[in-house]
Amino acid sequence: MSNSATIALAGNPNSGKTTLFNAITGARQHVGNYPGITVDRKEGSIQFDDARVNIVDLPGCYSLSAYSQEELVARQVVVEERPDIVVDIVDATKLERHLYLAVQFFELGVPMVLALNMMDEANKQGLQIDRKRLSTLLGCPVVETIARSGQGKQELIREAVGHAKKRGGVWEPLSISYGPDLDPVITQMVDVIEEQRFMTNRYPARWVALKYLEMDDEVMEQGRKLGETADRLEQMVQEVREHCQKTLNTVPSAIIADYRYGLINSILRQGVITHEPTQSERIDFSAKLDTVLTNRFLGPLIMVGILYGMFQTTFTLGEIPMGWLESLFGWLGETAMAIIPPGMFQSLVVSGVIDGVGGVMGFVPLIAIMFLMISALEDSGYMARVAYMLDRALRLFGLHGCSAMPFIISGGIMGGCAVPGVMATRTLRSPKEKLATLLTAPFMPCGAKLPVFLLLIAAFFSENEAQIMFLITLFAWAIALLVSRLLRSTVIKGDPTPFVMELPPYRMPTLRGVLIHTWERVWHYIKKAGTVILAVSILLWAAMTFPGLPDQQLQLFETERQAVATGTVSAEQQATLLEEIDNREGQVRLRHSVAGRIGTMLEPVSKLAGFDWRTNIALVGGFAAKEVIVSTFGTAYSLGEVDPEETESLSSRIATDPAWNQFTALALIVFVLLYAPCFVTVVTMAKESSWRWAIFSTLFNTALGFGFAVLIFQVGTRFFA
Amino acid sequence: MPSSLRTLKVNERARIVSINAGSEISRRLRDMGLVPGTDLQVIGRAPLKDPVALRLRNFTLTLRNNEADFIQVEKLEEDNV
Repeated sequence: MSNSATIALAGNPNSGKTTLFNAITGARQHVGNYPGITVDRKEGSIQFDDARVNIVDLPGCYSLSAYSQEELVARQVVVEERPDIVVDIVDATKLERHLYLAVQFFELGVPMVLALNMMDEANKQGLQIDRKRLSTLLGCPVVETIARSGQGKQELIREAVGHAKKRGGVWEPLSISYGPDLDPVITQMVDVIEEQRFMTNRYPARWVALKYLEMDDEVMEQGRKLGETADRLEQMVQEVREHCQKTLNTVPSAIIADYRYGLINSILRQGVITHEPTQSERIDFSAKLDTVLTNRFLGPLIMVGILYGMFQTTFTLGEIPMGWLESLFGWLGETAMAIIPPGMFQSLVVSGVIDGVGGVMGFVPLIAIMFLMISALEDSGYMARVAYMLDRALRLFGLHGCSAMPFIISGGIMGGCAVPGVMATRTLRSPKEKLATLLTAPFMPCGAKLPVFLLLIAAFFSENEAQIMFLITLFAWAIALLVSRLLRSTVIKGDPTPFVMELPPYRMPTLRGVLIHTWERVWHYIKKAGTVILAVSILLWAAMTFPGLPDQQLQLFETERQAVATGTVSAEQQATLLEEIDNREGQVRLRHSVAGRIGTMLEPVSKLAGFDWRTNIALVGGFAAKEVIVSTFGTAYSLGEVDPEETESLSSRIATDPAWNQFTALALIVFVLLYAPCFVTVVTMAKESSWRWAIFSTLFNTALGFGFAVLIFQVGTRFFA
Repeated sequence: MPSSLRTLKVNERARIVSINAGSEISRRLRDMGLVPGTDLQVIGRAPLKDPVALRLRNFTLTLRNNEADFIQVEKLEEDNV
């Protein structure tokens, strides 16, 4: 009979946990080393011998305190879901620090297996680890793995499943001595806790006592709900805190940490690690790279160079497959036109579905290439250096080095998405810096805004595509930073939060990790195109089609056509005249529709920025999703010119339209960059902060964007036209 | 004579004597391996001189000068320069 087991993968950030998870499950999963990325729950399941093994990838964390969201989640999953076993993945080259988390799992008592990862690197550094000895000293199986090649994963699972079975779900908390100052009070607290059965259904008694001594917010909060035992414990903690302060000038949590490290050291000193001295002279590769990549002068230059290089590569490489997709959708449209008889349904399929979705899908190759490069940068460890180099500068604007990540994910180097970007802000500890980051991240040129920029650039500034894109990005950063400074000195004042972050060693990104990550993001984009955008496309198509023109007006066009047909002009002239009538009818039709009416209604205001009613329709649609802007242009223009043989691309249509000029295009680019975040982002913002702030950003951003658009259009057309 | 971590120059080595921060920062610093008795080396500073990058326990950590102020260290003699 088959049985099942649940394994929770735990480990410090950069321990290779996610890589190992990928190697074991082959699941779609991101390998990232900056905060926020694995807070989502990642699960996979495999068949091992006759057992079904479920694997939960816990967020990477340094400790089980309640410092960050990741730590809380890791703790909650272990305590509440009681996995059969925790596999703690440690970087063998940083055993001392990585065991700090392991020790806390031992104190919790959950059955555990230790995976000594990156054994290849450890050996290269001349480190020999006596696995058997470590296993005896820790009292748990220890398995050597190399996550990048998948080496050791079979043995790891075998050990994990075997050990889980052996322990049979029994938790055996480890008791560590915390010295003469804390041990007596811990014993007293444990007595109280056990007597009152205070939270003992969730945690071991000693663990609760330790969390009280560490002043753990979450546990103490839970405790207060249970009545007066909590008061007693807090009283005891207060007394011992005063004692520690007076006699040792320190706090209990510091003593606890010191003893934990002391225990780790005493274990490692018992002949677990031996170091070959000859190898230690080798200059660390990462350190060597850092002297160049984070150099005072070279570092920032290289950073800008890398980002600029990414644009160039993306555009040069992306052009080719983009052309293919464009012709594919063009062909699809023509085929549909040929197969489906003219009428409402043909219009729906061609103008609503194919043009709408095609306009969005055309950008998939570009987004894929961009993500590919961003993922590679993340996995290589370079992104953490970006945060490190930018922290001082970001602090000037009331932000944090870690704000760089949400900005970059939102599209700070182009082609991100504000939704995960806003979600990534949750790792910022200070609510104020978090709020400032969250409110300004949507200014970044996300993947959905890119198509709009590309369209307009192709139409008006086709000679310097990459340069203009680069300028847009710089402008977005400038606005995000200035707005953040403004917010941090008005509505969200407050001191900066600490910046304590690991700089992971540089690593060659694994192809698998990068591909999985890229595919995840691209798939997310395609799914959005297939669902939300398709729905919005159809909705907008309906808004642009209904209500139809009254019969009387249709009759007028028909009469005109007949007049031409029966007239005495040549066949060639006849065709031109008929086409001209068709165009006029299309325009009148669109203007008469619901969308046209809304667009026209807004025109008196939007004219200030040079936007006509058709642009207005697209921009209103952009509230739902920014991708819709381009598809609406597609629909609006193909409905306006009904020539089926029309093969000109959308951008050349816009370029030749008399209502457009460079300044309209520029004003529109800036407006799209800055105005209200899309609906999904707004909802995410509300979740991460509050509806008040989400609505604030919708209104504020729109006003700001419009202000800039008007400025550009007015100044441009008056002084430079 | 203990001094603040901030005063260390790049490539100087030191041993942590004490950490006198508020409980939350102090816990974070300890979780990351900064406990009294730990040896560290300043390996670099960001382009704007802040944050500072430290090498300890075979990994690299960065923190701001503000946080470095909480950490009292004792300079170690250069072994062999």
